[in-house]
Amino acid sequence: MIDFSSTFKMALVSLKVNKMRSILTSLGIIIGVSAVIIMLAVGQGASVKIQKDMASMGSNLLMVSSASVTSGGVRMGQGTRPSLTLKDAYAIKKNCPSVGFVAPYSSEAKQITYGNQNWSTSIAGTTKEYMKIRDWNINLGRNLTEEDISNMSKVAIIGNTVSNELFGDLDPIGRTIRIGGVPFKVVGLLESKGQSSMGQDQDDFVIIPITTGQKKVFGTSFPGTIRMINIKAKNADSVYKAEEEIAELLRLRHKIGKKQEDDFQVRNLTQMMETMKSAVKTMSLLLGSIASVSLLVGGIGIMNIMLVSVTERTKEIGIRMAIGAKSNDIRIQFLIESLLLSVIGGIIGLIVGVFGAKLIEFFGSMTVYISTFSIVLSLGFSGIIGVAFGYYPAYKASLLNPIDALRYE
Amino acid sequence: MVLKKTLIDAKNIVKTYITGTGEDCTFYALKGVSLQIEKGEFVAIMGASGSGKSTFMNIIGCLDKPTSGEYYLDGENIVGTRLDKLSEVRNSKLGFVFQGFNLISRTSALENVELPMIYKGIQPKERRERAMDALKIVGLTGKEHNMPNQLSGGQQQRVAIARAIANDAPVILADEPTGNLDTKTSYEVMDFFVNLNEKMGKTIVLVTHEEDIAKYCKRTVRFKDGNIVSDSLNTERTSKSREARI
Repeated sequence: MIDFSSTFKMALVSLKVNKMRSILTSLGIIIGVSAVIIMLAVGQGASVKIQKDMASMGSNLLMVSSASVTSGGVRMGQGTRPSLTLKDAYAIKKNCPSVGFVAPYSSEAKQITYGNQNWSTSIAGTTKEYMKIRDWNINLGRNLTEEDISNMSKVAIIGNTVSNELFGDLDPIGRTIRIGGVPFKVVGLLESKGQSSMGQDQDDFVIIPITTGQKKVFGTSFPGTIRMINIKAKNADSVYKAEEEIAELLRLRHKIGKKQEDDFQVRNLTQMMETMKSAVKTMSLLLGSIASVSLLVGGIGIMNIMLVSVTERTKEIGIRMAIGAKSNDIRIQFLIESLLLSVIGGIIGLIVGVFGAKLIEFFGSMTVYISTFSIVLSLGFSGIIGVAFGYYPAYKASLLNPIDALRYE
Repeated sequence: MVLKKTLIDAKNIVKTYITGTGEDCTFYALKGVSLQIEKGEFVAIMGASGSGKSTFMNIIGCLDKPTSGEYYLDGENIVGTRLDKLSEVRNSKLGFVFQGFNLISRTSALENVELPMIYKGIQPKERRERAMDALKIVGLTGKEHNMPNQLSGGQQQRVAIARAIANDAPVILADEPTGNLDTKTSYEVMDFFVNLNEKMGKTIVLVTHEEDIAKYCKRTVRFKDGNIVSDSLNTERTSKSREARI
């Protein structure tokens, strides 16, 4: 039995003889593997990002907002017909058993000032339960309280970015800021949450009691209404039940008849995220399979070149057989050649792919995630391709008749 | 009684080729050839092209199978042996020298000589040493790392001879080994064959159509139309007129 290192060396020599041809043949695999790596990295990056966003947004979320106005067939968009009130929010909390936390919510962009500093940010009016719903914590100071809501206290909880912009290194707690001219006392600092999936800075944010907001800060042509109600179901199983309970309750409260359209809209965020996630998964699968096609084409390229090589080297095969090579020795030699072509191509492709993914991350500001799975998959795949597409040429070579092969010119 | 060892024992070898579909389309390349070659013989096989000498060489070289007949090589029955087993037989019992040298291109002289030992499974270190020795015998020390295209025709044929002896095969089959060489180089190469026969005791079977080359051999077998027409010992043998370099 012929030793492996000798076969390996012989295969390497034959590949080196046709350097350019070997490189071009491997190129198919290089492109295929790097495409698979990049596509999977982008796809998995997106899905990792969505997962992170789901965690940062809080789980089991429902969002109730006003429906849109339809005017002459033109639908004006969400919240154009404000119908929700604080009382609706309290009613949901009181009457829907599947609901855990309820936070009415209105927001507006406003300028805030402290001393000679000013900053424009998003001001949100809500209640203390908002923190529970978003799984958000207070870093310093305190949360809003029931009293803040009922007394319409002029207190504010600020995000990290706002604190940095207004106070720099100073301790924000206890200082008075002005929101649209109205003085508010800073009572809390939010834990930093970073960017959202849309690239929004979630720390550029100020929370005030919703009652104070309605009265002093937000200008609205529909007094007493709120933009939306954020709701957290008791647990993952009760999300859909909560959705039904809320809709039923609001139809009753808003006196909407059986055939009338709802003047509100309940959205299930978990469901939305799941939909997005599965869309991303489908997308990356699609991209991955397109990339696999190029890997397949690369494999066909290897088979093509190996067939040419077998024909070209018929005489060499004849010589080898005459001096004692068994058909298996010949088969293994050609198999190792094609395996080398594909695996070397695979390794180079892996390096190119990882590098390409990093470039996309850097210049395309996308999250990419290179998993061990995708590395193993693409390398394994290129190895399989080497064997699968190299087998037929190698088999053909091993079947040659030594006399005919020796006579071949 | 001295028992001579018969290395090549071919009995009634018939080889036919089907050239068409009809009954008359069977071509007899060999029409029942018997030939015994004993250990230490140096046989020239002569004949015009189409006489069946190459077909016969392919059969005794275990490259081809006879249509009928018996063939024993070193006591081993060859007819009906599996292909892989035939490879083993060629590897250990036979050394081939061809007209066109048949070295593997872009592979050094040394690696070409090592090749039969690679297929035999001899370890790299021993392989290298034996290949170096074989190259020394054919006077190519110093040219081990030359590629075939960096060697002259005579040198290439000497590499082929080194390859044929490297595996310690008892029989060397040479198919017109001087066919591609000029007269002077031919004689030099033949000197090596004479040496292999006389000093190393190799049994050599050599196909040629040149009388002066055949005169180096001890025995001449002539083929014509698929039959042996004469088989004689050479009386006027070209003794080594020039002392071969070893």
